[in-house]
Amino acid sequence: MGRTLADKVYDAHVVRRAEGEPDLLYIDLHLLHEVTSPQAFDGLRMAQRPVRRPDLTIATEDHNVPTQNILAPIADPVSRTQVETLRKNCAEFGVRLHPMGDAGQGIVHVIGPQLGLTQPGMTVVCGDSHTSTHGAFGALAFGIGTSEVEHVLATQTLPQIKPKTMAVTVEGALPAGVTAKDLILAVIAEIGTGGGQGHIIEYRGEAIRALSMEGRMTVCNMSIEAGARAGMIAPDETTFAYLKGRPHAPQGADWDAAVAYWTSLRTDDDAVFDKEVVIDATTLTPFVTWGTNPGQGAPLGASVPDPASYADPIQRSAAERALEYMGLAAGTPLREIAVDTVFVGSCTNGRIEDLRAAADVLTGRKVADGVRMLVVPGSMKVKAQAQEEGLHEVFTAAGAEWREAGCSMCLGMNPDQLKPGERSASTSNRNFEGRQGKGGRTHLVSPAVAAATAVTGRLAAPADL
Amino acid sequence: MEAFTTYTGRAVPLRRSNVDTDQIIPAVWLKQVSRTGFEKGLFAAWREDPSFVLNDPVYAGAGILVAGPDFGTGSSREHAVWALQQYGFRVVIAPRFGDIFRNNSTKMGLLPVILPETDVETLQSAVEADPTTEITVDLGARRVHGGGVDAPFEIDDYTRWRLMEGLDDIGLTLRHADGITAYEEARPAWLPATL
Repeated sequence: MGRTLADKVYDAHVVRRAEGEPDLLYIDLHLLHEVTSPQAFDGLRMAQRPVRRPDLTIATEDHNVPTQNILAPIADPVSRTQVETLRKNCAEFGVRLHPMGDAGQGIVHVIGPQLGLTQPGMTVVCGDSHTSTHGAFGALAFGIGTSEVEHVLATQTLPQIKPKTMAVTVEGALPAGVTAKDLILAVIAEIGTGGGQGHIIEYRGEAIRALSMEGRMTVCNMSIEAGARAGMIAPDETTFAYLKGRPHAPQGADWDAAVAYWTSLRTDDDAVFDKEVVIDATTLTPFVTWGTNPGQGAPLGASVPDPASYADPIQRSAAERALEYMGLAAGTPLREIAVDTVFVGSCTNGRIEDLRAAADVLTGRKVADGVRMLVVPGSMKVKAQAQEEGLHEVFTAAGAEWREAGCSMCLGMNPDQLKPGERSASTSNRNFEGRQGKGGRTHLVSPAVAAATAVTGRLAAPADL
Repeated sequence: MEAFTTYTGRAVPLRRSNVDTDQIIPAVWLKQVSRTGFEKGLFAAWREDPSFVLNDPVYAGAGILVAGPDFGTGSSREHAVWALQQYGFRVVIAPRFGDIFRNNSTKMGLLPVILPETDVETLQSAVEADPTTEITVDLGARRVHGGGVDAPFEIDDYTRWRLMEGLDDIGLTLRHADGITAYEEARPAWLPATL
């Protein structure tokens, strides 16, 4: 029987397989940031263990970093200590670090691909659930906890029980104005936040193949929001073109050898997935969330659902609780929901194409009175490129704030937060209670919807302007 | 890691689904660089509501949390496991768990037990009706009994053995250091290095 893409990448990394034990899986790239690594380094010190492969490890500062005055010390002493701890640990253990102010700094899932470190067929891990982003290259990439971070630092391997495989096939072409973010929000609403549990999703089909690498990263990024262990897309010419010439991409004869291998990384025609879902791309429209988990979403043209419409009592009570938290009444058209904050950024939508999409909508327009719009590039390289293209001028002319790179308001570990009761349209990945600040209310949207919403002050698509 | 064999004790009913790790331990608590003190941050936002179940003194000292489906979804933060353990929980029972949370739990010795929704509902009703109800979670026998439930649960043999012995993975893996070295020697030369 044929093998899936996930099978091929997984099997190529098994160091040891024994009856009744998990496989020992080799890790090609380990990404670190300041939040989930300090206790892991402490563990190494206590056991007097070195980092086995500092040359397969890279760190950046992203979660805590302020997006203003980044050359000044971080004002919050607890955040400052965490960032300084990462610096000390990287120096002590010989790990490459891109600190605040460095031209290579940025969100961990933006800098890996940007440097060409994320390549097809690799295994990539990070103490961060959005590591699934790197699956856009046909890598097997997944988030781990701090105990596993320590394990990878010490051994460059992880014990794994092989996940099941799931195909999400998106047939047909996306209509104009419908983006990768709309697509993945619709997929999550369809299969639910637990729909991918225990599985590696492979995204397939015409609509997926037509996506740029940025769009593919957006899709794979949110695999975890569907509960999946990882998301993957088979590498193709789009992937190779993105990688060619990047600082860590293979060169010359190595490039040819790599491409020959990468080309073999596709699901065989006779392979069987454990689970399959088919989505019709042609029916999709801009999609937004109304609730407090990423599965609680609907087309922008719909209304806030009535909890009584759910047959399942658990879903019904979850919807009731979500509407109460979100301050929404059943039946309200989503286009009538007013926001006071718009956030463009994060590892989901903080790349150059995302900024271009937002700037395209804002060109010649203004952010509505009473709305605060933050635009936070995913990395300093993205920021530099956006400035080269003049996008920052579009944002500032429209009245948006142009900031420095980091995770920012996606999870509000830095000063960029919602106040209690504030409502955002956000291009990030999680609309959990309090995610963007205690008491804050989040609607997940695409960059184009975020920009149109900033202009009207209510959830809107560019076509509404 | 603390070994887990069997636990008998009282339980807290948490009748909510999709309890994500941001709720279990809000991000502001993630700025700590130590492994201790996270019990104060457990369900920090929800505990501000006096009617939240953990604030009910009848459940003080309970070691089992009985929650709705999709417990521990979202962020990979192991701090969620530390917070539950440091607060005093040894077991979480739910119909479904987020994969990373479940994995993190077994690394730390917090036992995640998957039971069908009907059994979870029975347990929640039993401990709501009588908070002194004792429930036994027997990892050796892979069974939960008490509170009107006597049900088996699944856990793979290896994880069960590791939990019962209280073994850490790193030491176990390093027994295979030769195999790791051999694998490394066969990796293609064009794979990227960070240094």
